[in-house]
Formats: sequence, structure tokens, C-alpha cells
Amino acid sequence: MSHTFTLDGKTIPFEPGETILQAAGRAGVYIPHLCYHPEFKPHGSCKLCTVKINGRQTASCTMRAMVGMVVESETEEINAERRALTQMLFVEGNHFCPSCEKSGNCQLQATAYHLGMMSPHYDHFYPNRPVDASHPDVLLDFNRCILCSLCVRASRDVDGKNVFALSGRGIKTHLIVNAKSGRLADTDFTLGDKAAQVCPVGVILKKRQGFAVPIGERTYDKAPIGETLAEGK
Amino acid sequence: MALNEMHAEAVAGIVDRVLVRYRRDPSCMVQMLREVQEALDWIPPEAIDRMQASLAVPRTKIEGVAGFYAFFYLQPRGRYRILFSDNVTDRMLGSEALLQQLCSNLWIEPGKVSEDGLVSVDRTSCTGLCDQGPAMLVNNRAISRLTATRIDEIAELVRSKVPLAEWPADFFAIDDNIRRADILLDAEFAPGAALAAARARAPDEGIAASNMRSWREGLPSGIGGPIATLDEIKRANLRGRGGAGFSTGLKWESCRNAPLKAGQQRIVVCNADEGEPGTFKDRVLLTSKPDLVFEGMTVAAYAVGATRGFVYLRGEYRYLLEPLNAVLAKRRADNLLGRDILGIPGADFDIEIHLGAGAYVCGEESALIESLEGKRGTPRNRPPFPVTNGYLDQPTIVNNVETFAAAALIALNGGDWYAAIGTKHSAGTKILSVSGDCERPGIYEYPFGVSVRQVLADCGAGDTQAVQVSGPSGICIAPAEFDRIIGFEDIPTAGAFTIFDNTRDMFEVARNYVHFFQHESCGFCTPCRVGTSLLMNLMDKLARGCGSPYDFAEIEKLNQLLQSMSHCGLGHTACNPVLDTIARFRPAYEKRLTQKDFTPAFNLDDALSQARQMTGRDDTHAHLSTTHGGQA
Ligand SMILES: Cc1cc2nc3c(=O)[nH]c(=O)nc-3n(C[C@H](O)[C@H](O)[C@H](O)COP(=O)(O)O)c2cc1C
Ligand code: SF4
Ligand code: SF4
Ligand code: FES
Ligand code: FES
Repeated sequence: MSHTFTLDGKTIPFEPGETILQAAGRAGVYIPHLCYHPEFKPHGSCKLCTVKINGRQTASCTMRAMVGMVVESETEEINAERRALTQMLFVEGNHFCPSCEKSGNCQLQATAYHLGMMSPHYDHFYPNRPVDASHPDVLLDFNRCILCSLCVRASRDVDGKNVFALSGRGIKTHLIVNAKSGRLADTDFTLGDKAAQVCPVGVILKKRQGFAVPIGERTYDKAPIGETLAEGK
Repeated sequence: MALNEMHAEAVAGIVDRVLVRYRRDPSCMVQMLREVQEALDWIPPEAIDRMQASLAVPRTKIEGVAGFYAFFYLQPRGRYRILFSDNVTDRMLGSEALLQQLCSNLWIEPGKVSEDGLVSVDRTSCTGLCDQGPAMLVNNRAISRLTATRIDEIAELVRSKVPLAEWPADFFAIDDNIRRADILLDAEFAPGAALAAARARAPDEGIAASNMRSWREGLPSGIGGPIATLDEIKRANLRGRGGAGFSTGLKWESCRNAPLKAGQQRIVVCNADEGEPGTFKDRVLLTSKPDLVFEGMTVAAYAVGATRGFVYLRGEYRYLLEPLNAVLAKRRADNLLGRDILGIPGADFDIEIHLGAGAYVCGEESALIESLEGKRGTPRNRPPFPVTNGYLDQPTIVNNVETFAAAALIALNGGDWYAAIGTKHSAGTKILSVSGDCERPGIYEYPFGVSVRQVLADCGAGDTQAVQVSGPSGICIAPAEFDRIIGFEDIPTAGAFTIFDNTRDMFEVARNYVHFFQHESCGFCTPCRVGTSLLMNLMDKLARGCGSPYDFAEIEKLNQLLQSMSHCGLGHTACNPVLDTIARFRPAYEKRLTQKDFTPAFNLDDALSQARQMTGRDDTHAHLSTTHGGQA
């Protein structure tokens, strides 16, 4: 009733304190996002969830909803910019979807489909990012890391372990693990950790599970990400 | 005992001494890392072992912080770590040739450490010595006015392993170069006078009690001295000097009105990060008028009810730490800091200096606060703003050095006095850092409203092609606009005033600035992290002669994206230098557009250069001739 704002003309109710993205999710409206996960404190870094509020663009995962806000999300202008962001994420790392275990379950790939990204557009950076296969149960393939920090937050806030952190700066920002050797095997990380489950792309992968579900039958093969994630899941 | 155990033990001893000095407080992480590195020349894994155990914080936290700042080294960088300032003004004065000279003299490659581990030579962002460049930092001590002779002397000192402390003292002389002084730089100011004037403005009765309550609790309204002080600041129409020009009175009032939770206090932060290339006026204020700045901070503390203060001093100004600490000690001895300042009961305030470590983004106020808390300098999500949730979640004001100096004068002479100086929308004076192509580079203080033309005449600039006002994130103007004025109503500025004469290539100026933004992006948000690299690659592509009109459209698109999607001001302004110079100096770009149609940046022959180097071949058969892609 009184606590509402409009999103692309639709009236969205919200609880005081809720962000625009949370309220939209509860109302079944999908706003693209990559670094947001309902179980963790918002980070606000990927900028995919950017919307226009009263003419100004801002990240909807960190912006609290306020009564009477007029929010635009599904405009051609905003989606074109979101598409450019996914292209940036693709060229910044090394993503070869056809050979990636995460293909079909990957939120970056699914978001790119949702936004109609047809090509990477920009020149690839081809960074050199060695994989870490030291851990008995888990492989880390940093080539696909989009620096969303979900694993960082999961390990810190849920597992109480601080296995992951971001280091470096600018384009050299990268993920590190909590061991002097820099190897996952020398941390207290286990497969049961929350951090083992949150990676939206194909970095943190369970060993010996490759292609258990065939490509074509995976989460976003069945339904596009907009329908899968909008249910506030 | 094995050698490496002895080494670990020695490192632990050094680390422990540093940690004790900072009460093992993880929020001082940046300061502790700096001191560890000052003692050990880098931050070795054994030092991190010790910090991790002693501070009880995860290793990832320490490495994450150390990895963020350009001046922290997790790999050995030599006993002499030489960084050439790489602002465009340094380049105009020949810094690149000097860098090559030093490298060939020492037999090393830029960016690498010498084989004996003695020395490394690299580049760093503007060091704030543009009026006396080319400049360098050796282990964070600044040397200005480099010449070929001086470079040879430096090479000899390094080769002979002369300790830095024994290098000739005149190498390290830094000049203020004050060319035009006005109310700030000319101020005859007795330390304590502004505070005394602020207190004198309070109504007579109950002054002690009202001051005490308000200083401690920052009560919202109606009491004595603090409110009277705030009124003067508002009446003065003082606006921030750090670039954004926010009303200082409003900022202070919001902080004062912000509720305090139990155990919290209000915080005053002086932003002395001065990272914008071409800006060096805060350095001169801190060397020539430190008491004015500290007094302004104390006036602010009085007005908002703050009890703790910080100066965030950029790492490039490390050499100012001891002199500034001496001034603070003197002020404590004179009861101008500490408890019951000037005998006012409850008037408690003190100031500590924290050093940055080579990160321009830490000048952004919320990134600065993160850094003060010992973290990576990533800008925060806002709201909430620092005035309510700043340092350790407490109400905090962040102001520029010059803003505090002006506040002290306002407290002393009154708001009306100040408002009468300058223009209607821009009260007071502005200190400009003038550098580039002119006869008398240095510091010029003017009342707001001065025209660009006037400044150019005063500093002896001739044949001027362009002026970059307020650094790369500001604007670039051409001669047709030289009658425009410095002021919030026309050209706002944080102080940089960089002059280019007709011999300069404005494309290369913009390219230098774009490299700066790419190097300084914090990497938090996608658009700025990747976009600044894409922009840099585009400009490098144009420089190689592979540009086509298509690339202009790409630059426009990137600009749009960075403006609308970036997390902070760095990303918002990263395209400005390119857009401004395209609009005004298009021929500099058109010269580069050798291609009519889209041409890929990839050049097969260039890609083979590594193979050529490895095989030691450079004959014609080791080269490809390509049908497109710039020069052979
Ligand atoms: C990337 C970036 C760098 C900045 N660097 C500085 C700086 O070096 N010094 C400064 O005073 N303000 C800097 N600012 C502006 C600060 O965020 C803030 O607005 C200012 O310190 C407020 O003080 P003022 O109101 O006195 O100007 C920077 C802002 C951005 C976005
Ligand atoms: S992580 Fe996603 S986008 Fe990257 S290669 Fe794998 S499936 Fe493709
Ligand atoms: S590993 Fe995955 S979850 Fe962690 S930061 Fe990278 S992309 Fe995000
Ligand atoms: S989902 Fe909001 S910024 Fe990533
Ligand atoms: S804010 Fe630092 S990268 Fe965007």
C-alpha cells in the first residue's frame, strides 16, 4: 500500500530497508545481477543491476527503495550498457564456454544470453591466470573469475574462515587464498563450505564431477536466467 | 640455528616493534605495513607470518591490503627503489630520457630489479613536484630538478651503495615557489588566535558548560561557541577546495547533527592525498602554513563536536611526516591540542597523521576512510555518507587541506569578511598549482574570479595552446576560452593549472592522462576496472597509427558507460581528457587516423617481436609485411 515505488511503470511494494533489487525480486521482476546473492551483504561492484532512478543511474542491489521512486530498468539504453559490461567481463578473463564445466549453469553466460550479447566486441586481454588444482576435492580456475567477491563473503560471513580475498588493484585485481603457499590445498577449505557453492561462474569447481549433467539439460538451458532468478531464489 | 630461522627471528623482532607502536590495532594496517617495509625494504612472507599471528587477522586480509597499494612490495624491489614521477609535466621536462639514462647506467630494465638485488627503477604517478620537475622518489624521499648530471651522480651513489641518509642534502631540497600570496599564504597568524576568536564569539553566560556539552555531545542547536562558529562558516559561503565544492557549513552541520551511538565520537579528517596530477598546493600549505591547517581542523572539531582528527597524507609526501609531527607536538605543548584546549573544559581534540601508499583513489573520501581503517582503498557504497557513517562507522567530516586553512581564517576574521572576497558564488581565494610551459611555475593564490588569461600573463606563459584546469579529471581549455574565470560558476578547480604551449602534442597529453586513470583505477567496479584499460588500449592503438573514425565512436561509447555505470568519480571522469581534446584539438587526433576503415589493434609483426628477441634475430626474414596495421 503506502510503501511502494514504480519499476518500469509497475507498482512494487517494499519493506522499509529493502533494496530495489530485493523488492523487485520478491515481486517476481528480474533485474540482471552478478555480484548480488540474497544470502549475503550486497557488494555493488559488477554494476549489472544498474537502474535509472529519477533520471540518475545507480546500482539497485545497494540502493534502498524509497516511497514514490520512479525506477527504469528494462530500457534499451540500460540494457545496451549492461550488455557492454558483460562483454567487458568476457574479454577481461579467459572464457571458453564450450569447454567449461559451468556452461549452462553459469550466470555470466546466462546473463549474456538474456541481454542478447552476440559477440565479445572488445579485444580480448588474454590474461595469464594459472589454475590451482592443489586441493583434493576442488579445482580453482581463475581464468573465469569475475571478481564478484561472493566466495569472499561466503567464506568470511558464513564459514567463518576467510579462505578467499581480493588482492591487487585495478585491472590486476585478483583472488587470493589464505595460505602462505598461495595454494588452496594449504587452507582449511572443504567441499562442505558455503564458499564452495556460490561462484556464479566456473572458478570453484568440484573435482570428479565433470559433466554429471549433460549440456543442454542444465539450469539455464531449461529456462532463461530472467525466469529462473526472478522468483526471489 | 639455520640461516632462514635466524632471518625469520630478526624479521619478527622488527615487526613486533612496529606492531606494539600501533597497539596491535588492525585498523592501523596500512601504517604498520608501511613501517615494516621502511625497515625491511619490502614485506617478506615472514613479516606477514608474524603480523598474522600477532594481530590475529587472516593472512588474506594482510596480503589483500598490501597488494592494493603501489608502494607496498610483496616481492623484493631492491635496497634502492627509484620511481620516476610520470606526470605529463615530468615528461615535457625530459623524464623519459633521464629514466633511460639511469637504467643503462645501472644495467637494468625499467620495472625490473637489478640482478644483484640492489636497485629497481620504475615509474609512478605524479609526485606533486610539477613546478620543479623532473622528479623522482628514492625509497619515498623526493628529489626534484633532475638533470643528466644529477642522474649520473645518483647512479654512482647507488653503485657505491652509499646509504640514502648520506646522500648530499641538497638533492632533497624542495621549494615552495610561492609566486602570488593572498589571504591564506600571506596570513600573519599566531597559533591559537582562530580558536580564541571562535570562543570569544560565544555568548558570555554559561560558556564553559555549553562548550563542554556541545564539544562532547555535539548537540544540535542553540548553544554557545560551536554554533556561533558554524554560523560564521556558513556566512562565509565556504565551499570545499578538494574539487566537488560542497558547502562546508552544510557538511559540518550534518556531522554535528548526526546521532552518536554509545562509545562513538565524531571525527575530523584532513584530506592531504593530493593525487590529482598537476596539483601541489596542499604540499605547500603543509610546509608553509601547517599551523593554519591544524587550527582549521581544531576549529572544525569545536564546531561539530569532534574529539579525534586525522591527516591523510599521501605517501609521496612521506618526507613531511617528521616536520608535521613536530608542529603537532608544539601545539600539544601549547595546549592547542589535547585535553581542555585553551582551558575550555571538555575541549578535547588531537590529530594523528596517517600516510597513504601510492593510490590516487584514496583521495576519494570514502576510499580514504577505508584506508584510514587499514583496508584496501575501495570507495564505499553511498548512502550512507561519511557525515553519519564515516571512520569506524562514526560521524566524520572529510575536508581538503585548503578548506581547513580557509576555515581557520574565517574563525579568526569572521564570515562576512571572507564572503566579501572573490565572487558572488565563489567566496574567498583559490590556490593554483601552476606548471608546464611558463617562465614562473609555482603557487599562485588569487581571489576567485581571476581569468585564465590573467594567470597565464602572471606566470609568464607564451604561445599557449591549452590549459588543463584541475588535472585530468578537470577540463582542458583552448585559447578561445581564456577569458573564462576560475570559480564554481565557471571553471571549478581543485587547483591544478597545467599549461601547454604550441609545440605540445595534445593527443599525447591525453594519452598520458588515460594511462594515469588506468593505473589508478581501484578495480572494484566492472566499468572502471575494464573500461579504463579498454580506453588505454584504444589510445595506444591510435598512437601506433591503427586508428580509424570507428575508434572515436568507441571512445564516445566508453565515456557514456563510464559516466553512467562507474562506482566513483575516478571512473566518471576517466574519459574527460580524451573528449576535451577531441573537441578542441581534433587535428592532433586526425593526424593519427591513417586508416579510413576499422583496423584491428592486433599487429602480427609486433606479436612476433618476442620470438625475435628470444632468437636474437632481426633480419628481414624475421619480419612480416602486413597489408594493414600501421607502421611496419
Ligand atoms: C578519485 C578521486 C580522488 C580525489 N582526490 C582528492 C584529493 O586528493 N584531495 C581532496 O581534497 N579531495 C579529493 N577528492 C574529493 C574528495 O572525495 C572530497 O570531496 C573532498 O576531500 C572533500 O573536501 P572539501 O569539501 O573540502 O573539498 C577526490 C575525489 C575522487 C573521486
Ligand atoms: S564461466 Fe561461464 S562464461 Fe566463463 S567460460 Fe564458463 S560458462 Fe562460459
Ligand atoms: S571465484 Fe567466483 S565467487 Fe569468487 S570472486 Fe571469482 S567469480 Fe566471484
Ligand atoms: S548485482 Fe548490483 S552491482 Fe553487482
Ligand atoms: S570505483 Fe574503483 S574501479 Fe570503479
